[in-house]
This record gives sequence, structure tokens and C-alpha cells, in this order.
Amino acid sequence: MIINGVSIDDTFAEAFGMRGIRLIITAYNETWALNSANAMTGFATSVIACGAEAGIERVLSPAETPDGRPGVSVLLFAVSSKELIKQIERRVGQCVLTSPTSAIFAGLEEGDPVPLGKTLRFFGDGFQTSKQIAGKRYWRVPVMDGEFLVQDTARMVKSVGGGNFLVLADTQVQALEACEAAIREMRKLTDVVMPFPGGVVRSGSKVGSKYKALSASTNDAFCPTLRGATKSELDERIGAVLEIVIDGLTDASVKKAMEVGMREVCKIGAAGGIRRLSAGNYGGKLGQFQYHLREILK
Amino acid sequence: MSALVLALRNAPAQRVDVGSLNPTALAGLSLADIAALTLSVGKRTVRVDDLFELSGDDSSDVVFRGDCSKLERIGAGMKSGRVTVDGDAGAYVGQGLLGGDIVVKGSAGAFCGTGMKRGRIEVTGDVADFAGAAIPGDMKGMAGGLLLVGGNAGERLGDRMRRGQILVSGNAGDYCGARMIAGTIAVAGKVGAYPGYLMKRGTLILNALPAQMLPGVVDCGSHRLGFLSLLYASWKGLPGPFGALDASACTVRRYMGDMGVSGRGELLVRGG
Repeated sequence: MIINGVSIDDTFAEAFGMRGIRLIITAYNETWALNSANAMTGFATSVIACGAEAGIERVLSPAETPDGRPGVSVLLFAVSSKELIKQIERRVGQCVLTSPTSAIFAGLEEGDPVPLGKTLRFFGDGFQTSKQIAGKRYWRVPVMDGEFLVQDTARMVKSVGGGNFLVLADTQVQALEACEAAIREMRKLTDVVMPFPGGVVRSGSKVGSKYKALSASTNDAFCPTLRGATKSELDERIGAVLEIVIDGLTDASVKKAMEVGMREVCKIGAAGGIRRLSAGNYGGKLGQFQYHLREILK
Repeated sequence: MSALVLALRNAPAQRVDVGSLNPTALAGLSLADIAALTLSVGKRTVRVDDLFELSGDDSSDVVFRGDCSKLERIGAGMKSGRVTVDGDAGAYVGQGLLGGDIVVKGSAGAFCGTGMKRGRIEVTGDVADFAGAAIPGDMKGMAGGLLLVGGNAGERLGDRMRRGQILVSGNAGDYCGARMIAGTIAVAGKVGAYPGYLMKRGTLILNALPAQMLPGVVDCGSHRLGFLSLLYASWKGLPGPFGALDASACTVRRYMGDMGVSGRGELLVRGG
């Protein structure tokens, strides 16, 4: 399959079942909502070492938030319910509770319960109070700028982490600019985040390493500087490979984001130095979800 | 199907417990079955059709007509459905209500909404003393749901209230929110002396404080409280002034009390 001169590999992205959650952070203005959301979703690129993968889904207008203030919706993913609960407690406790004027609410109505204010309320040292409003419980925790308002319980759902595609280009700059264009379009979608810096990752990994302590190591088959020295997947034209990783609340949302991103890259095409699209997988043995590039783009 | 109408033949001379004539208790009964039910009037036992003229067939929508001011426990314990009183109602309206709606198109007697857990009671006129309060012997008053009062409320509104919301469009009497354990009371008019007497937790939302205040209610300053925007938004569309509150007007003057007990209750005076 070739689209606008871009060869689409006959391969698939392999993704994993994860636990995902949407939370809504509001604040006095968008700047402070983003400050809080950026801190909360920081250092959350990969579950391998961060415990969670997270990102900002989108900025919300006052009309879209529970308390009528500017807000941000964030998505957070972890490998298990237990880990997600732990990550939420830590990240909300350290990054939202601490952020001036912030409040945080559940962003999903359905799913399994996750304690939010239920545990954070104890920061109030007995001065915290709860309110049940329209069937939902909220906690008001006194803090130095007033009150931290937090919903008692949020909801988490079964979701998908690790959807991906690889952009193979003539040069590093061409690969990067194509990925930037793809990310711009993908960020218009809901239910997905691209958790790596700027949505793009350069250090794709393979399973295993020559070093016993490491479970993953550089994907040498896609490293252009090793083209002549390893069993490379790259031909002589490819100068750089970048990857976009997608976590989504649903299988369909990940698939849609992959399609939107790949089509945007294909628009640039061979004329812009884009040669191939490929994807990362583990032979189909590890992940529950497979996203075949050619099926998505047909 | 039309609403089941229970029209009083004559105003009863004594109080009558009509708690059993609610949609939950009457579900599945024919008009003849309902007519044959018995009620206690003083020492006497009378059939329902001795007291009421019955018409209609939808027992999920019960309407009381006539002078119902001596009918007590209207809608008590019902789980769903609707009860309407065309006129004044007696004491204990909606006692232990578990769901559904009760509308009193007039005023209600003492202890309106006592022990209610869910559902909604709307009284377009006044409620007498102890609305939403605990009856003697009970530890808790209202424990959930919404009590809307279009007129004024008597004394000890929400005494020992545990949860739920009481919204009064008019004035409230003395000792509003006395011994309150939790929940929310909002009064659009004036309140009588000593609101929040021995209040442990819970919220009183007022437009102004009375001259007679307890020394155990302490001023904590003017603040914007975010939860009020959610609360006001949840009231949007309700009859009366609370349905039209600006959800962004969340600045209040906060008083905490009663320090004579745990002192975690609050009186919020709107406009700060």
C-alpha cells in the first residue's frame, strides 16, 4: 500500500489493556488549570518507569466544567486498578491540591470507583467537610487560599495503552515536522492522549537487552546509525524514525487517532521526505489489541 | 388513567393518619380495595370511603382534596409516585419519605419532612415548626432529599437534620438549624433569633444574620467557596428565588459554629 508516495508497511501496532480515567481540573483561569494539569501529567510518558501514562486531553471552556470555571481534562492510564489508584492519589495530592485555586472532578460517569477526595480529604485534619450535591459527594478541604474542592469518587474504565505508528523519513527534521503535524490533528480528538514529550517519542524499544537488568532496550532495527551494523529495518534513504504513541479510553478512539495521525503524515508524503509508515509490535504475543496499518488506512 | 382523587366528604373533627394512602402502599389495589381500607380517627376505625369520595384509577398519582389540615403523615414512607394536596396539609407530611414527590398547594403542619431520606416535598405555602426536624425520641431529622418551602418556616427548622436540603423562599423562625448534624438549609428571607444553636456540622445559607446571634458562632471572613457554584447550579429551575441564583456568585461571609459543641457547622451569608 502506497499513499502519496508513502509506503505503508504490512504490520500492526500492538497495544495493551490498561486502566484509564478522565479527570477535570478547574481553576481561577486557564493558566492555572494548565499549571496544575501539566504538573499532574508530568513524568508520565511510560508505565515502564513512571507508573502511569498521562496527558492533557483538551482545554475546557467554563460552560463545560462542573463549577463553571476554566478547566482542563486530563487522561491517566496505568497497568492495573491498584496502580492507577496509587498514581491518582499521589499526583492529585501533590500537583492539584497544591496548585492555587484548583478543584478537581470526575470526568467519567460510568466505570469502577476510584477514591479521589475520599482519601485526600484527610489533609483537612478534621476541618474538611463534605457536601452531597445532585447525588454526588464532594469534599471541601481548607487550604491557605480558601478551599480545595474535590469530588469524593471518580470512575475508571478498561482502556487501551500503546497504540502507535512509526514515521520513517529522509531526515530528522522531516520526521519531526510530520509528527508535529500529526499531533496537531490528533489533539483535536477526545478520549486519547499522546503521553510522550510533545506527543512524539524517538527511543522506540525492543523487548530484552544484552544487559540482564534491563527488560527493554533500543530498537536497533530502526536506528539509522546502525543501518550497516545490525539487522536493520531501514533502507539507505531513511535518515530518521520517530514514533507516536497513543493511549485511549476505548479501542475505537485509539484506532481513530492512529488513522488521523497517519493520514496527516501521508498528506506531507514523499515530496516532504516521508518514506514509510510502520508500527511497533512484539509479534502479537504480548498485547491484547492489534491495529493493522493497512486496515486502518484502507 | 387519571389520578386517584381522595376528596374529603367533610373536614374531619379529629386528626387522621392517612400515611397508608400513598402510591407505594396502594400499588396494585383496585378502587374497591382502597375504599375498603380502614383508617383510625380518634377511637374509631372508619373505612376510607366513609371519609373520602374516591375517583380515578392511577394510584401512583394520589390527590387529596378538601380541608386536609387534620390529615397527618400524608405520603409517609412512600418510595415513588406523586401525592398532591389541594390545600393545607396536617403534620408529618412525608414522614420517612423514601422517594417520589409530594406537593402541598397550601401550608403544612409541624414536622414536615421529618425522617425523609430521598424524594422531594414542595410546600407552596408555609411550614409550621420543626420542619425537617427529628420527632421526639428520634436521633435524626431529615436524612436526605429536598424540602422546598414557598412561604415561611416556623421555629427549629431542620432541628437535628442529618442530610438533604431545605430551601425556604420566605422567612424562618428562631433556632433555625438547631442541633443540625449535616445537610443544607437556605433561607431567602429573614431568620429568627439564634440560628445554628448547638449546630455540629451542616450549612445554613442566609441573606442576612439576625440581631440575636449566639456567641458560639464565630466570624471567619469573606470568601469565595467553590462548592456553592455546584450547589446553585443544582438548584437551577427550582421554583422560588433559589432557582434563579447566579452560580458564579459564590462569595459569602463565613461564620462557623456552634463552638459550644464541635463547631464544624457554618452560616454563610450571601454577598459576603
